[in-house]
This record gives sequence, C-alpha cells and structure tokens, in this order.
Amino acid sequence: MIEYLSAITGMLILVLLIGLGRILLGPSPADRMLASQLFGTAGVSILLLLAVIQEQFALINIALVLALLAPLTLITFVYLKKNPA
Amino acid sequence: MNLLDVFTIVMTTCGLFFFLAGSIGLLRFPDVFCRLHALTKADNLGLGLIVFGVLPQTASVFDAVQLILIWLLVMVAGAVGCYLIAQQAVGDLSKDAESQSTKGHGLAIPSTIRPAVKPASSSPTGSTHNVF
Repeated sequence: MIEYLSAITGMLILVLLIGLGRILLGPSPADRMLASQLFGTAGVSILLLLAVIQEQFALINIALVLALLAPLTLITFVYLKKNPA
Repeated sequence: MNLLDVFTIVMTTCGLFFFLAGSIGLLRFPDVFCRLHALTKADNLGLGLIVFGVLPQTASVFDAVQLILIWLLVMVAGAVGCYLIAQQAVGDLSKDAESQSTKGHGLAIPSTIRPAVKPASSSPTGSTHNVF
C-alpha cells in the first residue's frame, strides 16, 4: 500500500505541474493566483500522504501551516489590487 | 491487506481523480470564472476524499481530529478566496468594458457594444481586439 500511496503522491505532483502551465499561460493576474490556490490544496494533500508514507505524523502540522498560509496570499493579492501600496 | 487499507486506496484514488479534473479544468477552461468554478469545487472535494483516505492510517485520535480540522479550514478558506477572486475579476471586467480594451482576456464582452465605439478609436490598438 505504501507503494500505491507513493504513486498517488507522484500523480499529485503532476497536478502541480499542470498548475504551473496555467501560471505560464494565464493572461490575467487572477488566473495565476488561482494556480497558487491549487498549489495550496494539492500541497496539503501531498504532505498528508507523505505523513502516512514516512510515518512522520509531524508533517500534518506542516500541512496545517500550508493550509493557513495559502489563503493569506489570495487575501493580500486582492487587498493590494484594491488599494495599491 | 485488510479492509482499512482498501478503504484508503479507494478514497485516495477518488481524491486524485478530482484533483486531476480540477487542474485540467484550470488549464483548459476559457475564462477566469470557469477556472474558478473548476478549481474551488473539485479541489476541495479531492482534498476531502484524500483526508478521509488518510484518516484510518493515523497513529492517534489527535492526528485524526487535526486532519478533519485541516479539511474544514481549507474549505472555509477556499470559499473566501473564491469570492474574493471572483469579485476582483468582475471589477476588472467592468473596467475593461468601460475602456473597451479586452487585452486578450477571453472575457465575454458583449460584441454588440463593440462596433459603437470602434470607429471612434482609430488607433492601432483597435486591431488587437479579436486575439481569440
């Protein structure tokens, strides 16, 4: 089962690569920020799977930090678009 | 391989499917709102399924509760982020409709309001309207 979960983690990294494609293509800044939100959720699930694969359950705390920081980038982006510094 | 392992494999596979669907939608859909729709719903569901798959493999009850809380946090943050991005994209859309410069966004400016302003702007930027 560990091998299977490792394969799933590899496919999730492929999902991250697809998101990188949208960052390269994306015409507006909002598209690129959407890809960064994809990085947040996919990164959290990669970390959760790695916690099971390596039996290092402290990685769940890192996933929590990533889940906390991902929306802050979006909020900062929208705030700076509305009132430019 | 006991029953819990089978549950984990099935759930993580379903989660991976939703993640792939969401990211392919992010890559292939035509404008910001379609991409928003594809990403925020499919990704949160995929993360939820992966969390449910990981849940039987955790070492303690505390870790399991923390997993559930991470999922709830990501759902709330996804809803808030979706709303903020959509609001900002709508602002860009109306700003573009005022200045008649689509800049290749692929956003749906109604084509009936375009020819009314087109003869007035005889500058070379008028030819960049129909990029798509």
